Amino acid sequence: MRTSRPRTRSAAREHIVTIDTDSAPRIMFSGENFVVEDLPVGTRCIYPKAPLAGIDNRVAAVRYALNHPEGMDPLHSMLKPGMKVTIAVDDISMPLPMMRTPDVRQTVLEIVCEMLVDHGVDDVEIIIALALHRRLTEQEIKRMVGPKVYRDYWPDRLYNHDACDPDGMVVLGRTRHGELVETNKRAADSDLCIYVNVNLVPMNGGQKSMGVGLTGYESLKSHHTPKAIVDSDSYMDPDNSAIASSIGRIGRVVEKEIKVFHIETVLNNRMFDGPMDFLMKKEDDYTEGDRLKFQGMKWALDRMPFAARRELFQRMPAAFDLIGVYAGACDPCHAKTLEKSWGQYCVEVEGQADIMITGIPYLSPYNVNSKALNPLLVQVLALGYLYHMYRKKSLLKEGGVLIITHPCSDKWDPVHHPSYIEFFNRLLPETKDAYELEKKYQDEFAYNPTYVEMYRRGHAYHGAHPFYMYYWGQRGREKCGRVIVVGADNETVPEMLGWETAGSMAEAIAMGRSSMGQSAQISMLHQPPFLLTDVI
Amino acid sequence: MTSPKYNNSAAFYDVDGTLIQINIVHTFAFYAARQASWRKSVRTTVQTAMSVPLFVAADKVSRKWFNELFYNYYEGFSLDRLEILAEELFEDVIKPKIYPRTVGLVEESRRAGCRQVIVTGALDFTMAPLARYLGIEHVIANSLEFKNGIATGKLKKPFVGGATKPVLMRQFAQEHGLDLSESFAYSDSYSDFPMLAVVGRPTACNPDRRLKAVATSYDWPVVELR
Repeated sequence: MRTSRPRTRSAAREHIVTIDTDSAPRIMFSGENFVVEDLPVGTRCIYPKAPLAGIDNRVAAVRYALNHPEGMDPLHSMLKPGMKVTIAVDDISMPLPMMRTPDVRQTVLEIVCEMLVDHGVDDVEIIIALALHRRLTEQEIKRMVGPKVYRDYWPDRLYNHDACDPDGMVVLGRTRHGELVETNKRAADSDLCIYVNVNLVPMNGGQKSMGVGLTGYESLKSHHTPKAIVDSDSYMDPDNSAIASSIGRIGRVVEKEIKVFHIETVLNNRMFDGPMDFLMKKEDDYTEGDRLKFQGMKWALDRMPFAARRELFQRMPAAFDLIGVYAGACDPCHAKTLEKSWGQYCVEVEGQADIMITGIPYLSPYNVNSKALNPLLVQVLALGYLYHMYRKKSLLKEGGVLIITHPCSDKWDPVHHPSYIEFFNRLLPETKDAYELEKKYQDEFAYNPTYVEMYRRGHAYHGAHPFYMYYWGQRGREKCGRVIVVGADNETVPEMLGWETAGSMAEAIAMGRSSMGQSAQISMLHQPPFLLTDVI
Repeated sequence: MTSPKYNNSAAFYDVDGTLIQINIVHTFAFYAARQASWRKSVRTTVQTAMSVPLFVAADKVSRKWFNELFYNYYEGFSLDRLEILAEELFEDVIKPKIYPRTVGLVEESRRAGCRQVIVTGALDFTMAPLARYLGIEHVIANSLEFKNGIATGKLKKPFVGGATKPVLMRQFAQEHGLDLSESFAYSDSYSDFPMLAVVGRPTACNPDRRLKAVATSYDWPVVELR
């Protein structure tokens, strides 16, 4: 890698670097490795903001939030001896990578549980609100909640939500749009439900907590549809998202029936530190030490087998800081969360791009501790999440070209993603039409008893989950003119996803320019750490 | 949860190693140890133990030979005694060896609307209590031949195992108007490949190494019921 040039021309905004003739090459994720690319002169590289300063005393901040909630009485004032309380807590799909211990959920749970005990509330159960995600293992739960809560509550009073338990779910009614509202029976039967959330990006939390985390397939199927996804202009801005509106309606019906006290925590974007802290900087700002770290890591990664590379990345937890904690009623509490989250993530950008380049990292909410980022998850990361990292207006013009870097290996985790394998190999060769897949096959997978058993008693994602992953990519599929993969180790997977391949970044850009013109505006989203663009 | 999707389907389960930990040798050892007199019990148990290498060799060559050799040991048992002992066998030997996730799998399958069927090379009277316990209404299993209520040591035809399992499953599906392509089969062993291959939704349960490799190649789900 060349040394960085001190004279790199920067745009007026500090988070944007415009590539010049002697700019340093850019580092991008390509699965469990990095690629180093010289981007064309004039390419706009958009970087995340620096991590906002964390709260020094987490415990005090949580206690303050519980005692000064938004739109509700303080938690302690609602507690009475003998009452029945259920604590629902987000699963480990967030944050990414896993947070260094103590996890922020541990901090909140220890305070809340102590407060419940102090007020004579003994009938307390903690439920991991995983909806149709896979059940967490005992070790994962222990790491998340910390040893004290684990010791006091596991396994009888600390367990995974089971959306397929016929005796464990209850229907609360329907929304005015006819959406079925189904939730966890224990939560519904409680005098008070406390929801402990972790917010990494603005699409987490709010009504999604109760409206999704504790529901089941019958509720989710009303909004996890290709149509709702396509009608959502911005996943990261609830006011412009059809899916968020539907979840909001469901959440409000839930809250009419169940008294819920929300605790929302907001993390900054410090995803990497220590040996990976160079990823938090612009390449132009690298020190000699940063370059050495990167080159050393790249040298090692190039020589390691896939499983070892994966293990290496998975064993590097992130040093996220808590930057906000709010409690109380859902909507006012979440409004504060959103403000804080947007403050961390949003970067102003002038004008849309014709060609958008982004690396695809090794991580996803759905492959924590899995053996691979499988092809469907690559698809949802590219077209579902990274394409949609914007508020209001997308960075990439409609019909523009998306260039991603990932090997797209045909690798799967049969324990976590068994239904994904069938979806990809049996259904996608037949049709790539998300609407047809939904109509023809979704119920078949959702009710498949093998998949139900693997979800309920193993550690598999629910049978309907691969459909949702495919739907999350539907809007990106419809809006992007072309998707080009650089660095794919095979042709089959990209072809199956309807993508093209290029042997190099230069070739991919040339292909992009052939569609969008020689003067096409090229933007590179330098993530992770993640960022949201505000196109003005 | 209701599932109109699978009302036309069946779930076919192999038993030994799939739903329970024991195999037919355990079963036979149980019967061998419960002869009319203690002397006979000791003699039969010793004979059975000594025959194990022979059983293993026969099984390697042909499951048919193995069964012919093996079931010969049942000669002389009366049907009513075997049935009574089958209940004891279930309570003492089989029930404790049911895999932890077996009951759940069968429940999910029944809830999905599948017809429940055991397909096994074991003897029908030994499977009856297990089927009753799991709520499985159909048993396709081997039957001993009886003369005047006494076992001859021979199996009735058709012999259930290997390649005949799919034939019997197909017959069952035809008789009950079920669609095999929408049906499920569960087994732990590569020797049941024919049974797994005949349905649209095969699943390897606690698979041996060879079946696991096949399941991975064919993208079949692999479930650990243990």
